[in-house]
Amino acid sequence: MKVEPILDIRSIHAYFKNNKAVTNVSLQIEPRKVTALIGPSGCGKSTFIRCINRMHEVIPGARMEGEILFQKKNILEMDPVLLRRDIGMVFQKPQPFPSMSIFDNVASGLKLNGLRNRAHLKEEVEKSLIAAALWEEVKDKLDSAGTSLSGGQQQRLCIARALAIKPKVLLLDEPCSALDPISTAKIEELIFELKKIYTIVIVTHNMQQAARVSDFTAFLLLGELIEYDETTAIFTNPKDRRTEDYITGRFG
Amino acid sequence: MNRFKNKSVGDILFKNTTLFFSLLILFLTFAIGWELFSNSTLSLKKFGPGFLWGQAWDPVMEEFGALPFIYGTLVSSLVALLIAVPLGLGIAIFLSELAPPKVANITSFLIELLAAIPSVVYGLIGIFVLVPWMRKAGATYGVGMITAGVILAIMILPFISTISREIFKTVPQSLKESALSLGATRWEVLWLVTIPFSKSGIFGSIFLALGRALGETMAVTMVIGNRPEIKLSLLEPGYTMAAVIANEFTEATSDLYVHTLIEIGLVLFGITILINGIARLLIYKVAEAH
Amino acid sequence: MENVATINLDLYQRRRWINFTAFMLTALCAIFTISVLFFILGYIAYHGISGINLNFFTQLPKPVGEEGGGMANAIVGTLKLLGLASIVGVPIGFLGGVYLSEYGHNKIGFLVRYATDILNGVPSIVMGIFAYTVLVLPLKHFSALAGGFALGIMMIPIAVRSTEEFLKVVPHSIREAGLALGLPEWKVILFIVIPTALRGLLTGILLDLSRVAGETAPLLFTAFSNRYWAEGWMEPIASLPVMIFTYAISPYEDWHRQAWSAALVLMLLVLLTNGLARLILRERQGVVL
Repeated sequence: MKVEPILDIRSIHAYFKNNKAVTNVSLQIEPRKVTALIGPSGCGKSTFIRCINRMHEVIPGARMEGEILFQKKNILEMDPVLLRRDIGMVFQKPQPFPSMSIFDNVASGLKLNGLRNRAHLKEEVEKSLIAAALWEEVKDKLDSAGTSLSGGQQQRLCIARALAIKPKVLLLDEPCSALDPISTAKIEELIFELKKIYTIVIVTHNMQQAARVSDFTAFLLLGELIEYDETTAIFTNPKDRRTEDYITGRFG
Repeated sequence: MNRFKNKSVGDILFKNTTLFFSLLILFLTFAIGWELFSNSTLSLKKFGPGFLWGQAWDPVMEEFGALPFIYGTLVSSLVALLIAVPLGLGIAIFLSELAPPKVANITSFLIELLAAIPSVVYGLIGIFVLVPWMRKAGATYGVGMITAGVILAIMILPFISTISREIFKTVPQSLKESALSLGATRWEVLWLVTIPFSKSGIFGSIFLALGRALGETMAVTMVIGNRPEIKLSLLEPGYTMAAVIANEFTEATSDLYVHTLIEIGLVLFGITILINGIARLLIYKVAEAH
Repeated sequence: MENVATINLDLYQRRRWINFTAFMLTALCAIFTISVLFFILGYIAYHGISGINLNFFTQLPKPVGEEGGGMANAIVGTLKLLGLASIVGVPIGFLGGVYLSEYGHNKIGFLVRYATDILNGVPSIVMGIFAYTVLVLPLKHFSALAGGFALGIMMIPIAVRSTEEFLKVVPHSIREAGLALGLPEWKVILFIVIPTALRGLLTGILLDLSRVAGETAPLLFTAFSNRYWAEGWMEPIASLPVMIFTYAISPYEDWHRQAWSAALVLMLLVLLTNGLARLILRERQGVVL
C-alpha cells in the first residue's frame, strides 16, 4: 500500500466467552477509500468490524486480542468514548432515537460534545442531512419524530447522525440489508459521495454491492481472512480457491 | 387446546367448575363494592358529597368530614414517593447497568425482602426507632407526616426498583449501541435512550407504588400521630383514611359512626382502583410495545 | 466559533467525571437501602431474642399490668387463621388460575384478570370491612371464621396469578403428548399438566401464605383478639400481628418486649417460608434446565 493506512489492524482475535469468532485477521485500511468485508453468514465479519470501534467488548463475556492502530495510536490505550467520536458506526437496523425529532436525532452527538448554540446546531444538522442526502426530504419537518420516516430514510437519518460529529472513519454494518432496493441504491450512491471525505468500511453479504461500491475487498471465512485485495482483482481474478468458490456462488 | 374435539362429560364438568370459581372472583369484586356502598348509606345520606371536603371530626356531635384523612393519605404518600422514586430508580439503574450479575441477583433478592416485611413490623420499628430519632432531630412530636412518609418510602421502594429494572431489560441492545457509537458515556446512554424508552413502564411502577402507599394501614397508623387536622407542616401529626378506620372502627359507638368509617373505606376503595387502573394501563402499554 | 471537529477536552473530562459520580451514587442508593434492611432485621433480632423462651411459646398472656406470660394462643391463632384462609383462598385462586391458563383466552378471561388485578390493589383494611359486613354483622360477633375469610380473599389474587404463570410454563408438547395418548382434555390438565407444574404451584401458595401471615389490618375487626384460647371457629381469636400491634401501642415496657419477640417469630416465619419457597423453585429449575 503506497499510502499511509488510517487503520492498521494486526492479528486480531475476537472471542465470545469461550467461542472464537475471529482468528488472526490483519489488514490495513486506506484512507478515503471504501473497504468491503464479505463472506458467508457467521464468518465473523460483523464481529470484526465491531472490534474497530471497540463495540465488541460491550457484550458481556466478549474480548479481543491483538492490536489496532488508528492514526498510529493503539485503540486499546484510548478511551472508547473518544475513539467512537472518530470512528462512527451505522447498524443494520435503522435505529433513530425514538423519543426525539429528526433534528434532535442528528444533533444528539453534537449536543453531547458540548455544542449548545442553537444557530450552530442548525447549521451542522443541515450540513449532515445534506451529506446524507436526506435534507430535501425532511427540511420542512425537522421537528417530527425520527421514527415517522420510511426505513430507507431512517437509515439515512442514522448516517446523518453519525456524520454530524465529523468522524474520520465510518463503519457500516450491513446498512442496506433491512431496506428495499430503491433505498439501497440511494445509500450506495451516498457512499460514492461520502468517500471523498470519509474512510468507509462496509460489511455486506451482498457481493454485487461490494463489487459496486468498494475499492478494496476482504473475504472472510470461519473467522479468518482468506484474501484481501483491490476489489477489481478479487472479483475478476481471485487468488484463493475459496474466494473464487464464494464469489461464483458455490456456497454461502 | 383443540376446540374442535368432541367434549366428554368430564371435560364439560371440569371446565365449568373452573369457570364457576373464576366468576366467583368477578362476583367478589362487585360484592366488595356493593357491601361498602350499602353499609355506608347512613353517612352517604346525611353528609352527601360535602363529606369529601368536610373537615370536622366530632363523634360526639356526629359531625364527620373526610378531608383531613384524604389530605393525610395523599400527603404522606407523596412524601413517600419523593423519597422512594429517586432511590428506587437509582437502585434499578445500579442493578441493570453497573452491578455484575452475581451482585445484581443478591442485591435484588435483598431489596425484594424489604417487601416481605409485614406492615406491623415496620410500624414497630417506626415507633421505637424512627420516632425517637425524629424527636432528637428536633421534631416536637416525632410522629407525623414525614415519619409516616419515610416508613412508607421504604415499603414501596421495592416496587419501583423491581419493575423499573425489568423495563430496562427490554431496551433493545442495538438502540443502546447506536448511542454508544456516537461516543456517549454509559450514563449519557441511560438518559439518551434507556430512560426515554422506559418512560411508561417507570410511570406505571410509580403509580403502582402510589396505590400501595395509599392503602397502607398499620405502619402509618403507628407513626402518624392520629390527629384529624390539616396542618401545613410536615412535622405535625396527621391522619390517613386507612389509619382512622383501623383505630376507630371497634370504638365506633353509633351506626352513623360506623357507616361514616365504611364510607371512608369506600372512598379509599375507589381511589385505589383508579390509581391501580392507571398503573395497569401504563405497564401494559410497555408489554404491547414488544 | 465552536469547532465541534476538535475535541473539547474540558467538557470531555467533565462528562467522564459525571459518568463516574452518577453511577457511584446509584451504588450508594443500593448500599443505603440494603443497610436499612439489615438494620431492621438486626434490630428485631436483638430486641426480640431476650423474650424468646419456653414461656413465650406455651403461656397465655397475663392480665394487664402483670409481667410475664406468653403468646401461645396468638401463635396457634395465626396458624388456625392461615388454615382457614387456605380453605377459602386456595381453591378459588387455584381453580381460577387453571381456568385463565387453560380456557381463559376470551372476554371472560379478560374480565376475570381485570377483577383479579382490582382485588390485588384493594387495601387490606377494606378487605377487613368487607369481611366484617359479611360475617361479623349478621352473626353479631367477631370470629376466627371472619378473620380467616378476610385473609382468604386476600390470598386469591396472588394465587390466581402464580397458578396461571406456572401452568403457562408447562410446554405445549407435554399437553400434546397427553392428548395423543387418547386422554380427554380435563384428564390431561388434571393428571399431566398440573403435576408437572406442582412444585411451582405449591411454592406460589407457600409464598402467598407467608404474605398474609403478617397481615394485621383485616383482622382488627374480624378475628379481633382474645386473651385466652379460642374454642372452635366462632369466637374471636388472637393472632401474632394483632398482638404485636396491641402491645406496641400500649404503655407497658414488658408488653413492648413481648412485641419485639413476636415480631422476631413472625419475621422468622416469613423469612423461612420465603427462603424455602425460593429454594424449592431453584431446585426445580435446575432439574428442568
